[in-house]
Amino acid sequence: MRMIFVRLFAFVLALGLYLAAPVAYAQTFDQALAKFATDDFSDTDEGIAAVAVSGNPMAAAVIEALQDARLAYDPASKKVYIKDKDRVLDAATGNAVASPPADLETVRVNNRLRRAIEAALGGLTLMSADPDKRTEAAQAVFKSRDAKTLPALNTAIAKETNSNIKRALVEARASVVLGSDDASEADKIEAIAVIKARGDQDAVSLLSGVTSDAPLPVYRAAQAGVTAIQNQLEMWSGVQNAWYGLSLGSVLLLAAIGLAITFGVMGVINMAHGEMVMIGAYVTFSVQELIRTYNPGLFDYSLLIAVPLAFLVSGVIGIAIERGIIRFLYGRPLETLLATWGLSLILQQAVRTAFGPTNREVGNPSWMSGAFEVGQINITYGRLWIIVFTLVVFAALLAMLRFTRLGLEMRAVTQNRAMAASMGIRTARIDALTFGLGSGIAGIAGVALSQIDNVSPNLGQGYIIDSFLVVVFGGVGNLWGTLVGAFTLGIANKFLEPFAGAVLGKIAILVLIILFIQKRPRGMFALKGRAIET
Amino acid sequence: MATFIRTVAERPMARRWLAATAGLALSLAATVAAKAQETIKVGILHSLSGTMAISETTLKDVMLMLIDEQNKKGGVLGKKLEAVVVDPASNWPLFAEKARELISKNKVSVVFGCWTSVSRKSVLPVFKELNSILFYPVQYEGEESERNVFYTGAAPNQQAIPAVDYLMKDEKVKRWVLAGTDYVYPRTTNKILEAYLKSKGVKQEDIMINYTPFGHSDWQTIVADIKKFGSAGKKTAVVSTINGDANVPFYKELGNQGVKAKDIPVVAFSVGEEELAGIDTKPLLGHLAAWNYFESIKSPGNSEFTKKWKAFTKNPKRVTNDPMEAHVIGFAMWVKAVEKVKSTDPDKVIAALPGIEAPNLTGGTSKMLPNHHITKPVFIGEVRADGQFDVVWKTPGLVAGDAWSKELDGSKDLIGDWVTLKCGNYNTKTKKCGGQGS
Repeated sequence: MRMIFVRLFAFVLALGLYLAAPVAYAQTFDQALAKFATDDFSDTDEGIAAVAVSGNPMAAAVIEALQDARLAYDPASKKVYIKDKDRVLDAATGNAVASPPADLETVRVNNRLRRAIEAALGGLTLMSADPDKRTEAAQAVFKSRDAKTLPALNTAIAKETNSNIKRALVEARASVVLGSDDASEADKIEAIAVIKARGDQDAVSLLSGVTSDAPLPVYRAAQAGVTAIQNQLEMWSGVQNAWYGLSLGSVLLLAAIGLAITFGVMGVINMAHGEMVMIGAYVTFSVQELIRTYNPGLFDYSLLIAVPLAFLVSGVIGIAIERGIIRFLYGRPLETLLATWGLSLILQQAVRTAFGPTNREVGNPSWMSGAFEVGQINITYGRLWIIVFTLVVFAALLAMLRFTRLGLEMRAVTQNRAMAASMGIRTARIDALTFGLGSGIAGIAGVALSQIDNVSPNLGQGYIIDSFLVVVFGGVGNLWGTLVGAFTLGIANKFLEPFAGAVLGKIAILVLIILFIQKRPRGMFALKGRAIET
Repeated sequence: MATFIRTVAERPMARRWLAATAGLALSLAATVAAKAQETIKVGILHSLSGTMAISETTLKDVMLMLIDEQNKKGGVLGKKLEAVVVDPASNWPLFAEKARELISKNKVSVVFGCWTSVSRKSVLPVFKELNSILFYPVQYEGEESERNVFYTGAAPNQQAIPAVDYLMKDEKVKRWVLAGTDYVYPRTTNKILEAYLKSKGVKQEDIMINYTPFGHSDWQTIVADIKKFGSAGKKTAVVSTINGDANVPFYKELGNQGVKAKDIPVVAFSVGEEELAGIDTKPLLGHLAAWNYFESIKSPGNSEFTKKWKAFTKNPKRVTNDPMEAHVIGFAMWVKAVEKVKSTDPDKVIAALPGIEAPNLTGGTSKMLPNHHITKPVFIGEVRADGQFDVVWKTPGLVAGDAWSKELDGSKDLIGDWVTLKCGNYNTKTKKCGGQGS
């Protein structure tokens, strides 16, 4: 009962201060603004603090502008302005300025100031009408743990109707209470319970911050909270590893599907496979460049446009390679290996000459950026879409081989070339088309890989070894083997990595594959019958 | 053959062509001969193909620009400079072969080149044997001072240590992740940093060291580990010696998993303007890099240089970076030394170089030291939305490069001094040259 009374009193006091503020601080708002015009991080810091407590209606707008690098000052007159799209506002009054000074300097911020800005905005936007802003504010206060926001927090909690935001606000209050010096022991233990229920890394971080200097019951409660959350996180980490493994497996699969056709089905040791992937990535880059120049609105569709184009470009180059080089070398694997390896160097250098040796920027469309949380694991949209995309490509390829005329002829030619030829199939044409198909799929892989890796002439080199590994491990000539092989390698890698580290993990995988190949030289799913003899 | 020429020469049209070609050949031969007498040759040993082309091609271009400019000013000692460009193709043994070709066949007076430490180590014996001069422009792990090599990039005490100092003092960092690619530069740098952090009272459990293979592209697990390590209630920072291509996927993963610079800042020693040109930098806002030069630094020398560079490459978007500035300083120092001794004789130039001063692009004057390293300012920059860096801190003055780290037991008593001691690894305790540590 007394508790409630104290809180009520605090609330009334805060309200009183809030109402009195404009009068008391009207003068200092201009002084606070002047701090932004000195190009000194410490002054800017003081400015943020002063603006935050000024109670001026412009305060939130000024700090938001500072966050977005829209706050500027005139070095000559030391006046501060807000840049708002095509207008320039006077920061002191919020009125548009008819003729702003020509050489406005943007107020610079660093990490320390970014934290200060976030904390200040958190305090200022707790009551914002926009629910997203209120959530953000609650998160900001949770991190900043600024005791000055406590009265505002209490008011906000009382008024909040959205249960999610309310929970975030209560957590923020718990974080502030835990950090404040004058909260009672009982309050702190209550706060620890709230934070413990949150159960994520941030909560661990906050609770481990309670040192043994704190009163013993508080310290004990915090420690118990840390252990409880960590046990829970430990359980999630298995799920997380499996997810990372699936994601790595999908990247391996994507890079290897094309090779499963050219090497697996046709038996051509194609060292230029990685370069087909690289060309696909450069097609994506070119498409995005064109879109940026001519129609920026289409940017979110750039990948959808790039997929068929990459397939065509890589596929046509693949057909040209088959007709120009490889068809003369059938049955001579060593010469094929050398020729395609030389070809890969030529293609790399050609791209280096055409596009330059440096990385090219391929942007992520908005639907591929960001992440969401399932329980305690973080799933990024980019990775999720790549898994989906890989499975779609795989299914499409299987369907094509199974249900189309071309697929039928491809299978016929690889299974018994002489018989297929005598049935009237033009085997040379089918060879070229099969190689083109494999290369085209490698090009599609390049579109997806451009989203997570460098787009540079060396892109393909990083994938060629892994691709061969997957195809050989899964069983040459068997698409399902490639699928299972890729996901097995991906998941095994991700479960080994936390124990062995990335370097040793990779070595361990290679050793395991060597042992496996000793035992089963034809990979996991060996083809039986005559097919492998040709 | 003779009959062929006669029959050709009998046809009037063909005769005219023949004469023209012969004349052209003669005049070409003449100019080549004349040139050979008049020019001073400068070797450029940077990979133009293979993995390292991404970084090294730019350095070749900047050298061509500097040489071109010097020739417009009348060359050196009244002679024109002539660039001899070779391509070691990111292949370490080929570096040694190409270095030999430059020195013995092309007779160059000086070589500007190499990027990775392993390429430098590979050419060292060649430069010693044939007694020539190499200017090495890249930040490296230190622990070396050779008579024939001049190190214009940063030693660890000119980059890594000041960066850690900044994080400790200004960001109050208590917990450290040292993440690097698995090769000599990150391993040595991290060894130095670990010793330094421990000397500042950081406990073993507050340091996490992680190595990844070259070109590592799947960073999900490691970024998740960093997040976990950072949630121990103490301010955490990542010191990254991750090399080249692996950086883009690393930063993309940081952005995807929501690791923000204001929570866990990453300070990188191998990421500059050139590397950021390939990434969307918005999620990286506020992450740090430590260098001796940033393109965004405002000084008359720098704005003139960037303007010239953009004009020379005919690309207004081309950026400048730290190793380029190192070549600018190194080249200016070499020109001054040659003019001082009025000769390109390697022995004379090597003796003249220590003590030579040249303006750096950030408004100061760098000086070649007796240990063949130079003095440089150190800047900490934060990534801006446009892929440039905003300088948030700098050392008060210039920092002298230490050839041997003071933090490591094996090297803290060693100094390099090619002026009075004539020794690259003099042990100040045993007073002997050639001792590896006490």
